[in-house]
Amino acid sequence: MLLRHTPVEIKERKSLTVNPAKACQPIGAMYAALGIHGCLPHSHGSQGCCAYHRSTLTRHYKEPIMAATSSFTEGSSVFGGQSNLLQAINNIFTIYNPDIIAVHTTCLSETIGDDVNQICRKAKDDGKVPEGKYVIHTNTPGYVGSHITGFSNMVKSMVKHFSESTGEKKNQINIISGWVEPSDMREIKKLAKNIGVKIVLFPDTSDVLDAPQRGKHSFYPKGGVTIPELKSTGDSKFTLALGRFASEAPAKELEKKCKVRYRVVDIPLGLSATDRFVTACSRAAGVNVPDSITEERGRLVDIITDMQQYFYNKKVALFGDPDHLIALTEFLVDLDMKPIHIISGTSGKQFEKRIRKILECKVPEANVKNGATADMFLLHQWIKNEPVDLLIGNTYGKYIARDEDIPFIRMGFPILDRIGHSYFPTVGYTGGMRILEKILAALMDRQDRDSLEESFELVM
Amino acid sequence: MKNIQILEERKEQIYLKGNQPFNMKCERHSVSGSVSQRACVFCGSRVVLYPIVDALHLVHGPIGCAAYTWDIRGALSSGPELHRLSFSTDLQEKNVIFGGEKKLYKALGELIDRYKPKAAFVYATCIIGIIGDDIDEVCRKVSKEKNIPVLSVHSEGFKGTKKDGYRAACTALASLVGTGTIDNIGKYSINILGDFNIAGETWIIKDYYRRMGIEVVATITGDGRIADIQKAHGAKLNVVQCSGSMLPLAKMMEKEYGIPFIRVSYFGIEDMVEALNKVADFFGKKDIFQRTYELTNNEICRLMPILNQYKEKLKGKKAAIYVGGAFKAFSLIKALNYLGIESAVVGSQTGNQEDYQRLKKMCGEGTIIVDDANPLELSRFIMEKDVDVFIGGVKERPLAYKLGIGYCDHNHQRQIALAGFDGMLNFAQEVYASVMSPVWQFMPRREKRGEK
Repeated sequence: MLLRHTPVEIKERKSLTVNPAKACQPIGAMYAALGIHGCLPHSHGSQGCCAYHRSTLTRHYKEPIMAATSSFTEGSSVFGGQSNLLQAINNIFTIYNPDIIAVHTTCLSETIGDDVNQICRKAKDDGKVPEGKYVIHTNTPGYVGSHITGFSNMVKSMVKHFSESTGEKKNQINIISGWVEPSDMREIKKLAKNIGVKIVLFPDTSDVLDAPQRGKHSFYPKGGVTIPELKSTGDSKFTLALGRFASEAPAKELEKKCKVRYRVVDIPLGLSATDRFVTACSRAAGVNVPDSITEERGRLVDIITDMQQYFYNKKVALFGDPDHLIALTEFLVDLDMKPIHIISGTSGKQFEKRIRKILECKVPEANVKNGATADMFLLHQWIKNEPVDLLIGNTYGKYIARDEDIPFIRMGFPILDRIGHSYFPTVGYTGGMRILEKILAALMDRQDRDSLEESFELVM
Repeated sequence: MKNIQILEERKEQIYLKGNQPFNMKCERHSVSGSVSQRACVFCGSRVVLYPIVDALHLVHGPIGCAAYTWDIRGALSSGPELHRLSFSTDLQEKNVIFGGEKKLYKALGELIDRYKPKAAFVYATCIIGIIGDDIDEVCRKVSKEKNIPVLSVHSEGFKGTKKDGYRAACTALASLVGTGTIDNIGKYSINILGDFNIAGETWIIKDYYRRMGIEVVATITGDGRIADIQKAHGAKLNVVQCSGSMLPLAKMMEKEYGIPFIRVSYFGIEDMVEALNKVADFFGKKDIFQRTYELTNNEICRLMPILNQYKEKLKGKKAAIYVGGAFKAFSLIKALNYLGIESAVVGSQTGNQEDYQRLKKMCGEGTIIVDDANPLELSRFIMEKDVDVFIGGVKERPLAYKLGIGYCDHNHQRQIALAGFDGMLNFAQEVYASVMSPVWQFMPRREKRGEK
């Protein structure tokens, strides 16, 4: 019983987070930057930050994660990190030769007051940025927001640095992906293609973090949104921002900068959210939804129909990132399940409001909390007070699942102990089917394990 | 890949044996802008103290440092599991402006009341060094109130390298040593320093000492207990492994309590035998010698036939080694020798001049020796030397696989014990399984070699 110390009685905590349901901003910025083709993320801070983010992403993706660091020393923390960053930019272009360096800050460089904007400008003025190459930057102090905030900030800075309006509209729409897996990005592109709409998806980590085995290591794999594509986002007809928390800020920035209107829709995870996404795509492009997509949807609904009795009234606890949880909660309600405990470490008032709205008829009594002290410790306490039939979340859920003997499926970040998330999407109708398969397998394996011999069923 | 650039500043950190002269410029900071495989001071302190299982480990800082170090190492416990939880003061912007001392004070109180730990370690992260929280004062205050040792660990990330983190951890440990009673400790007693009980390795080693008739007072820090560490000064000898991390503590204990120390490695047959013999030599007692001889002799006789079978298959294969401390590399080279594998590339994150001189002596002509390598260099060396297996840590694994070569985890994340005699068998098996995997025949590079 690894978590045997978790007391049932819940006391208010203010100063302490136990077993966090979030990470810090820079890792999000690093992940987002990997979704640009030919980009080397750069961490402006101590070596440890960069090492930790690379290790965590490596464990999650089972891929080499490349990122550079300013390698702060005691001296830089006293005199500022300007010389480190200037030297870094010079070295990176000399040695690693990326098309673009995406700098993000850390607790340390923020607190000592480094002005990365000015430093990056100086690097350009000093001729340290070769012709046709770019340095972009964003501010991501670890003590503000979470990994999702950092992701959003880096995507916003892509818009700030690259989006241009030439005055001539292009027949394309932008889709801001939000923090989803490479497999999901691939699926979103496939859906858009099937609908018949030309899109620019950014960031896009497909073919970067799910690169095939070729017997060699390519520092800059073939995937990622390209710089010309990013520039062209300013001429797009419309922007679809997937998920308010990760994608609204960049969409807003793009509207401000290039007058491209935007709409926030949920990450297309589950039936209703995918419906809305498909409708929004087809409307924005002025095309009809093709039969192939209607049929895909039909197959998803068919599984739900066939298996509805297994979903009915099952209590679920879930934790993770806000945009995912919103879509997932809605999907679970569509399935007639009861999400009763929901936790996200990322703060923002919109979250609870949205979740409450989704749950208002079905599960008004649900426990919902996000932000500081919304951690796995609290989730465990809730579960102890009201047990659930299923737990959904990242790998760190396995402690609770084991201690409380609850079926558990892994979704979210990080997943350190299973594969699949890089390759099989959870978005779109196909992704919906995968989620159903996972939920059913978990519930039915449990039923098989626990049923008495006389009620052990062959046909389910 | 052959045309990668090596930075002018890095040229003195890479050495091809055969080229003279040899003067490795190591123990320097990584060049800014490098994709370094190194970590920070905090990381060093955290890994060293983490295996103390009945202590509270509170990370004072923003959430990241606690989130990324939450139970990522396989340091096993035979009892409490408190070390596997993640505690953070989760500092927010307002704390950075107004200070985090109050938050720390409250968090400590709350945690100590709830978990009743035997001691608490408070880790300072980068930000603490900048905003100037007086964590020493908070620790003193809480220690007095709660009546347990509450120790500050000055592990601000930017204040050096991982090694400085080890030192900070040792300073905290040193303040525990000497505070327990040592009345019942016998004459033939040791402390095990620098083994972290990854996959139960401390237990394996402890059992050897038990069989030799030697009392182990404290294991620092694998499966560590506060009460044991407090009476560690009662032991007659410190046996130090992974000398990079624990040497400072051994030296402090030598100075303070006159306890001598020896440096050993428990990895590979040769080093394992040498370690046990050194300890037996120290005590110079006949029955200990006898038991040590029996133990090592039995184990070697049991192992050699099996190892020879592996050697038969692995003869002529080549390895690349990239590990944290150079000491680990010495043992690995020897152990690989037993398997007929030549070490073609050897590197470390934190080796010193002396270490590299020794590495040079151990390696054959043409071996590449490198300090603080980056992935670009590593992949280039691996391809150039056409190695068959990479032995390294978490960030090197996918790199090795992408290049289409085998891999063996020699870091703290592994789940298989590599220490001791059984560890050597595990190591042989793991290297064998990876090197001989049929998957490599699908790599274009191997096809060229005509292995398909």
